Amino acid sequence: MKKINLDNAAASPLEPAVLEAMLPFFTEHFGNPSSGHELGNVPRKALEEARASVARLINAEPREIIFTASASEANNLAIKGLIAANRVKGNHIISSVVEHFSVLNQLKTLEKEGFAVTLLPVDQYGLVNPEQLDQAITDKTILVSIQAANPEIGTIQPLDDLVKVAESKGVPFHTDAAAAVGWTHLDAKKTGVALLSLAGDQFGGPKGSAALYVSKKTRIRPLIEGGIQERGLRAGTENVPILVGLGMAAKLAAETLAERVKKSSILRDQLKESLINNVPYLHLNGHPEQRLPHNLNFSVEFVEGEALLLRLNMAGIYVSSGSSCTSQALKSSHVLSAIGLPPELAQGSLLFTLGRQNSADEIPYITDQLNSVADLLRKMSPLYHQYLKEVQNNA
Amino acid sequence: MPDYSDKVMDHFSNPRNIGEINEPDGLGEVGNPVCGDMMKFTIKVKDNRIEDVKYLTFGCGAAIAVSSMVSEMAKGKTLEEALKISNKQVAEELGGLPGNKMHCSNLGADALHKAIEDYMEKQGVKAESAT
Ligand code: FES
Repeated sequence: MKKINLDNAAASPLEPAVLEAMLPFFTEHFGNPSSGHELGNVPRKALEEARASVARLINAEPREIIFTASASEANNLAIKGLIAANRVKGNHIISSVVEHFSVLNQLKTLEKEGFAVTLLPVDQYGLVNPEQLDQAITDKTILVSIQAANPEIGTIQPLDDLVKVAESKGVPFHTDAAAAVGWTHLDAKKTGVALLSLAGDQFGGPKGSAALYVSKKTRIRPLIEGGIQERGLRAGTENVPILVGLGMAAKLAAETLAERVKKSSILRDQLKESLINNVPYLHLNGHPEQRLPHNLNFSVEFVEGEALLLRLNMAGIYVSSGSSCTSQALKSSHVLSAIGLPPELAQGSLLFTLGRQNSADEIPYITDQLNSVADLLRKMSPLYHQYLKEVQNNA
Repeated sequence: MPDYSDKVMDHFSNPRNIGEINEPDGLGEVGNPVCGDMMKFTIKVKDNRIEDVKYLTFGCGAAIAVSSMVSEMAKGKTLEEALKISNKQVAEELGGLPGNKMHCSNLGADALHKAIEDYMEKQGVKAESAT
């Protein structure tokens, strides 16, 4: 049976060149970059090369890159670290309702600790309004944290405009760009963000590889104290092989970004067209144009997402869903409810994220399978039967 | 993917007795307060036995398997026997359900019991069901 991974944001295989670059650092070049003897030399050089590659990908300087083990960690270092260094300036933080939980849950904790938090709403597409940001900023605001793109519905925020607003009021801006880096042209210097989180596993690097960009003029405090690795902002022996992988993935992404974006957008649009034209009762979630080139999010009306997911899994197609039934907490996606999607549509949501390995010849099979799976589940749905009766009565 | 038993996957993949009985003798509809899902059971009763049972389900894999299992368990039973089918029994018959999916098993027996109660009410009898 065919196996088609349409859940690349959850996990995708390493690019072969990335794995190849990593391997010697598990064995031959096992040294510690901090060592005084020569075993540390090659790893130290490789680590700094990786840092330079990551910096190049987002137009930053190498010393502005702090390696972390996940984007969640980068988000924590950004927010907690900045607050720790700027506590005297105020106690107000602004973010949005569609952020990742590694932002939202921190803010909840900070609220308990006495910080004032404003979560900006989004429109039906998931966009934050720069004017609303402007109105929310007070003289107590010490940080704005708004994602570059949403990992679930793919909506790309008007980051330049948002940063401009914060900048004009002298408030530092953090962006969680984990979903965006490697898939959009992001220029840290030009947008003027103070802090930016990125994740290597989102663009062909290994899991556990991530970084926080800290602009030269931004002061933060470390979460992990100890040695002086990462300029004292993140203590602990560097995970050299993983970070070499991150560097290689960043290098490849930077070299081929325009081509990747184009290729993926075309494939995404072909898949979108095919699904919309052949599968009834489909709703696209997120922005129709301003969205990540590898992201599609649909709600299938009248059916529930976990059942869809399991059926597609049986057909060798791997997707994810924002349905409450698929979540450990049994809550449907906060992003889908933030864009005002009615609960029954949120229940039927399916997230597709494309990767390098997907190709256009998979589209007919995906379309066929989703069509028959949705049809089968619809036929046993009380909501669908109710709908049919209503249609009949109106006729 | 939840850790579903083979039995759950079997009922999920090949759900038995799907549908809605036309002019049913009893109808029971329940919503899952936890996740917002839904189940609707319709029954045909003859000589105090459940002659036919069908259901419609909007819900997860466990919910679909539960409704299918309940329909199999109920078919041919007397109303009193069917009222004794408990959520726990259904979960057991399915070879167990993952912890965070136990709440889905409540839907099945509840919807069936409601359908039976609906029938009994129409007949002017009061029902006593297991939970
Ligand atoms: S019916 Fe929603 S989790 Fe089972």
